[in-house]
Amino acid sequence: MSNVQTQTQSTNGAADDTGATYEDMDLLRFSTAGSVDDGKSTLIGRLLYDTKAIFKDRYEQIKQASDRRGLSEVDLALLTDGLSAEREQGITIDVAYRYFATPKRKFIIADTPGHEQYTRNTVTGSSTVEMIVVLVDARNGVLTQTRRHGFIASLLQIPHIVLAVNKMDLVDYSEEVFSEIQNEFRTFSEKLDIDDVSVVPISALKGDNVVEKGDNMPWYDGSTLLHHLENVKVDATRNTVDFRFPVQHVIRPDQNFRGYAGEVASGSVAVGEPITVLPSGKQAHVEKLQSFEEEHERAEVGDAVVLSIDDEIDISRGDMIVRSRNVPQTESQLDADLCWMSEDAMQTNKRYLIQHTTRTVQAFVTNVVYRTNVETMHREAADTFTLNDVGRVESETAEPLFFDPYKINRKTGSFIVIDPDTNNTVGAGMIRGKAQGVTPVGEEPTEEEEKTAIQTKSPNVVWEGLNIEREEREARNGHEATVVWLTGLSGAGKSSIGRKLERKLFDEGCQTMLLDGDNVRHGLSSDLGFSPDDRAENNRRVGEMARLFFEQGSIVICTFVSPYRKDRDFVRSLLPEDRFLEVHVDADVETCKERDPKGLYEKAERGEITNFTGVSAPYEPPSEPELVLRTDDEDVEASVDRLAALLEERGVV
Amino acid sequence: MSTSTKTKARRVSTHLKHLEAEAIYLMREVMAQFENPVLMFSGGKDSITMVRLAQKAFWPGPIPFPLLHVDTGHNFPEVLERRDELMEEVGADLIVRTVQESIDKGRVKEEEGPNASRNKLQTVTLLDAINEFQFDAAIGGARRDEEKARAKERFFSHRDRFGQWDPKNQRPELWHLYNGRKRKGEHFRAFPISNWTELDVWQYIEQEDIKLPSVYYAHEREVVNRDGALLPKSPYITLIGDEEYETKTVRFRTVGDMTCTGAVESPASGVQEVIEEVATAKVTERGGRADDKRSEAAMEERKRKGYF
Repeated sequence: MSNVQTQTQSTNGAADDTGATYEDMDLLRFSTAGSVDDGKSTLIGRLLYDTKAIFKDRYEQIKQASDRRGLSEVDLALLTDGLSAEREQGITIDVAYRYFATPKRKFIIADTPGHEQYTRNTVTGSSTVEMIVVLVDARNGVLTQTRRHGFIASLLQIPHIVLAVNKMDLVDYSEEVFSEIQNEFRTFSEKLDIDDVSVVPISALKGDNVVEKGDNMPWYDGSTLLHHLENVKVDATRNTVDFRFPVQHVIRPDQNFRGYAGEVASGSVAVGEPITVLPSGKQAHVEKLQSFEEEHERAEVGDAVVLSIDDEIDISRGDMIVRSRNVPQTESQLDADLCWMSEDAMQTNKRYLIQHTTRTVQAFVTNVVYRTNVETMHREAADTFTLNDVGRVESETAEPLFFDPYKINRKTGSFIVIDPDTNNTVGAGMIRGKAQGVTPVGEEPTEEEEKTAIQTKSPNVVWEGLNIEREEREARNGHEATVVWLTGLSGAGKSSIGRKLERKLFDEGCQTMLLDGDNVRHGLSSDLGFSPDDRAENNRRVGEMARLFFEQGSIVICTFVSPYRKDRDFVRSLLPEDRFLEVHVDADVETCKERDPKGLYEKAERGEITNFTGVSAPYEPPSEPELVLRTDDEDVEASVDRLAALLEERGVV
Repeated sequence: MSTSTKTKARRVSTHLKHLEAEAIYLMREVMAQFENPVLMFSGGKDSITMVRLAQKAFWPGPIPFPLLHVDTGHNFPEVLERRDELMEEVGADLIVRTVQESIDKGRVKEEEGPNASRNKLQTVTLLDAINEFQFDAAIGGARRDEEKARAKERFFSHRDRFGQWDPKNQRPELWHLYNGRKRKGEHFRAFPISNWTELDVWQYIEQEDIKLPSVYYAHEREVVNRDGALLPKSPYITLIGDEEYETKTVRFRTVGDMTCTGAVESPASGVQEVIEEVATAKVTERGGRADDKRSEAAMEERKRKGYF
């Protein structure tokens, strides 16, 4: 075996006074996708073997089996095959789970096959993971199957994707072959909603760049696959802002105690905080947060606790306890992405069950909006879904669900569909929001829908083009026009940074304009409030205004909380590529509360301001910002310098 | 969670915290979704860990379901001793059903020959007990890392009316949503520690200061080497040919039927030494069990028939 870190080192942590001898390890769940031919089983075998997660007797077993088959090398792929039926066929047929650990981390691998029932299995295996490793054969490059895996990763909002270009040994470890595949995949992945994409050239058979670098690809200066696995940030899929506590079970040992057992699905809560129980809407305060023989001041996402309250309210399994000033959406009309997992086709007139958090309700699928072709990602007209179909549907539940969009909360945005006739799990859903009666693809909208659809109200106006082109203005100004969009929580430091940056640029002779959230709301948007719809409209106006200043040649600095991704993406869509710099001004909500320059958090906490981002309304952080400024780590000057450097780097100034 | 205000803070590794929360979630789902669950208890370290997790899941209430021990009659006395002591400590209800009864009733026939084992016979006793008490969910301490046939096992594993497991007809499990719906007469097995490895279990035992039967730690014992497995001397085993007992310092990594549970030579007398040993172990935990060695697909075979 090679001399890499082994499990043994996990026990070598410094002994502390309690005598414990292991270090703190965290946990990463990842999935692997690819077909048998891509060498997926060999890769997993290689990871287990090189990290010494394989025992001698098991190794002997596969060595014997390899000998029996007349193989010259030990077939590491045999380590991961499970059932005798597959052993006979030489294929794997379902999601299998594997485990290994290094001194830093324990890993749970969901090994999903790439062929038959691929979509169902990949969705199942990837539903709990934070990273997906997609394999391709270097000889074949990016295939439709690779795109399918990318699409599913994006659909499930997996934060990290690694493309492992395997069998580099069969293409003479060619840098050119690798670069071509890398470029193709990166171009493709720009269309996906994934934060972090990496590409690694490997040979699972020989071991190069899996655990150890090896000597065969000196031209590759990136990380090995294991290095990626060990260093990627974990828990990125957890929502730490919005407190949601679905009640699993009521614990009532005697007349004097009644507690609600569950896992904090997202956010956190402290003793004494006001809570609301859904669906009753009744309010109380958190009295105690307990776990086995312990009491806690605060419970956070992922904690299994028993929560008790200071009032006698009837609460049962399926209810949800939330913070009174930050409540989820309560709707019985759902707009959702759905993956169908049953041999029996979906029926729009059939009663299904939806299991969501700890609640199960009856439901109908009322409308198939479209089916997505998972290979081309095109939207197609469809009346029903069959096995492995993915698309968008609208459904109606017999009782309302309490949910958040899947994009901002996996735990409260996901559901399964159960067929009550067979009791089988037949579908997996990801909620987008409340159903709006969207017209299915391929159908003409009705007159009614035309009226309600968001549309331009002055269809007969023709865009004439500008009298003086922006390029002319830019030439005279001596710098490019661009829009710098600072987004972040109130108190994160957007305005301070924006003002200093504008002053600096102006002093250097640039033509600038600063658009500030509060100022806009005094005039242009004085008719708007802070509901999601009003925010969207305010954002639209600001975006259009930024575009006008942009066309006039300015560096436009916009400082807006702009909590919704779709709103910011709208502004991006108004501008030429590379002329919109999304800058996430990021600070802990706790830090912002402490700063609270305008006293707004205090008011929001008192309930005097509703829909306040970070307190009673969600913030969707940018998935791919051009820059992140961590203002609790650096001061305003440092942030301004980094921003100015980015503008220079981009050739704006 | 923020540090406790009333008791001393435990040292908790992040990965164990995740695994513990997952197991507790599963136990509570079983309690909420089924009418009459039971916790399968063998007296081994995984079972004892499960008892701790069940205590945690329902605290400050008691463990809300009974424990079922399917007794082969070939137990290590140390295991029974610890079992009875533990029941006192946690105040749980214990049901014991014995393979001997099943033999006496003619439900099963005892194996013959020097390698005779009652492990296979347990299946019938278990399924009879499930029928007798009308249990609709049996919670077990099986882990996916134990044997490759288990790698695809679900947290909620559906069994047909014959207690059989059909690997091709298992429900997909997504996110943390477990579907426990069933027809009358069917039941489920639930495996809350599916994602734990042997090392995780030992680290948890250390973290939680859980007391195990003494046979898990190094002691002197008479054993016989049969096909590489060190089988303990007991009234249930017969020497073959020129076999003879020798005294060695050993411990057991699992504690099943004495007739087929092999010991490992080990000086590890405490939990920390065991952790170090497990981390560097060359043989899988079940590698010491003679019953798994009979065929490559031995485990899977027993699983189909309803043992797990």
